Amino acid sequence: MNLVAWIYFPARLAWRQLIFDRTKLIAATCGVLFACVLVFMQQGFRDALYASAASAPVKLHGDLFLMHKQSEAMWRPVRFKRSELMRALGNPAVAEVYPLYLGLAPFKNIETRGKRTLMVYGFDPDSLIFDIEDIKNKRTALRLKDTVLFDEYSRPEFGPMRQLLEAGRNVTEVNDYKITVVGFFRLGVSFAADGNIATSDLNFMRIFPDRTLTDIDLGIIKLYPDSSITQVQAELSSQLNEFVNIFTYDELLQNEKNYWANMAPIGFIFGFGTVMGLVVGLVIVYQILFTDITNHRHEFATLKAMGYEHGYFIRVVFASAFFLAILGFIPGYFFSLGLYHLAESKIFMPMPMTFGKAMTVFLFILSMCMTAGFLAIHKLKAANPADMF
Amino acid sequence: MSRIIDVHDLNFSFGSGALSQPVLKNVTVSIQKGEIVLMTGPSGSGKTTFLTIIGGLRQAYHGSVRVLDQQLINSSEQVKVSVRQQIGYIFQQHNLLKSLTALQNVSMALEMQNRMTEQQRLDRAAEMLKAVGLGERLNYKPDQLSAGQCQRVSIARALVGQPQIVLADEPTASLDKQSGHEAVTILERLAKESQTTILLVTHDYRILDMADRIVELEDGVIKEK
Repeated sequence: MNLVAWIYFPARLAWRQLIFDRTKLIAATCGVLFACVLVFMQQGFRDALYASAASAPVKLHGDLFLMHKQSEAMWRPVRFKRSELMRALGNPAVAEVYPLYLGLAPFKNIETRGKRTLMVYGFDPDSLIFDIEDIKNKRTALRLKDTVLFDEYSRPEFGPMRQLLEAGRNVTEVNDYKITVVGFFRLGVSFAADGNIATSDLNFMRIFPDRTLTDIDLGIIKLYPDSSITQVQAELSSQLNEFVNIFTYDELLQNEKNYWANMAPIGFIFGFGTVMGLVVGLVIVYQILFTDITNHRHEFATLKAMGYEHGYFIRVVFASAFFLAILGFIPGYFFSLGLYHLAESKIFMPMPMTFGKAMTVFLFILSMCMTAGFLAIHKLKAANPADMF
Repeated sequence: MSRIIDVHDLNFSFGSGALSQPVLKNVTVSIQKGEIVLMTGPSGSGKTTFLTIIGGLRQAYHGSVRVLDQQLINSSEQVKVSVRQQIGYIFQQHNLLKSLTALQNVSMALEMQNRMTEQQRLDRAAEMLKAVGLGERLNYKPDQLSAGQCQRVSIARALVGQPQIVLADEPTASLDKQSGHEAVTILERLAKESQTTILLVTHDYRILDMADRIVELEDGVIKEK
């Protein structure tokens, strides 16, 4: 028997049986669709989390990054001495080094006077370590005392800063220290901080009086053009003290992602949500296939009496599972696409629908349906012609 | 004439040990090619059990059952499947697939024959349906057909593969007198045309006249008339 007939005939029978009962088909499709949307949303939130966790490092402009070995992630850094960063200048390939100061501080909403924590970035305004046009353009304004730039993508709880600024109300408090908002930039919120402000290193020290310029959170190293990043990384790791990590740009991003995926419970939560979605879908599809076999057991027994082999019916069940996966996935995809757009506009988190994500979810759903089929085939034993007639 | 079904000292019982319930006792029957044999007897006499053993649907362990030169006692699944493929089976209910049209139902019996193209299958099935008087109903589904028409479709399905043997288990039981008679007449006519052997189990004394031979089974014992 050739392979096409081997799978085509049972698949055709499965399809004909599926479309015969439209109501049941729609119910079955909805079950798969439900699982599909659930998994898509969990994956979407998880990826949004990773993307937003890395939103600050993504905009950093540098070749190598120094971080204390005990720093788990950028939002909770362990400080190290600026002199350690300066030592990197001893390497002939290193062109410039810049410290970055990070701190979480309460920001007072100008309208409600409520306080909410955001992330404060302090750096030399002339260093151009952020690849953000608005920060580059405002660097003269940032050189002034007690001036900050406000991240427009911060959560709305910080107040409608743009309107307030246009109305001339631009003075508020960060860490109980009076500052003036002189402009905006766009970075994005993360799970660690609901908002961001950028300021000069000197202003940073004024906002955080117990911090000193000599204790830094992150060091940014720029190399001369044409120098090998990995080679300099290797050289620096032997030259610098061993308590600092030297990351390339990609490694820094990966480090941030890994923190949220593995160290923080959040990665686990979304993984768990995905598994639960698949389990619910599995139970639904199993139930559908199981009832289907029960309803068709007379027909299957008849076919068996006509000389059809047991394997034929196994293929029928798997083909049904396959069709359910496809039929549920297609509407599930478009439904999730809509929900992604809704989420992007409501919670300000990037939720792109990528081909890779669609493929991953499809493979999840497919294996879910196939597992359900695998569990359901034992019911085929009920289709025994000898007991039926 | 060759013995197409040859049964010797067949014993069969349901259950095991103390609960063992003998159903067939030393049954010995042989059927020649082209013969139409009716098997009658009260309910519970083991007729259907006998038929399912002949049809390779039920495994028997004692005696000898040779069907189309294959021994079915203690046979492998493979032997049973190959015997089933050479036998047309007609059931008490029509047992058609609800989701398929009459034409598709009949051509299901040909799907196992790889040498045919799909078009040949459909043509043969349509021809067969015409022969049972349903040429106008090819694309009707079972729930759009009457019980008698459904049983005729299942006759077409049993015969379309040109089997050497047709086994029928009370094919008229769920039909009224007229459609029952019609169905059996069609079966008889088509079987005679193609020299097909028929073993038909029935309670229905109205159709006994089609038989070449009548065998009575009572409490698992054969009484030849």
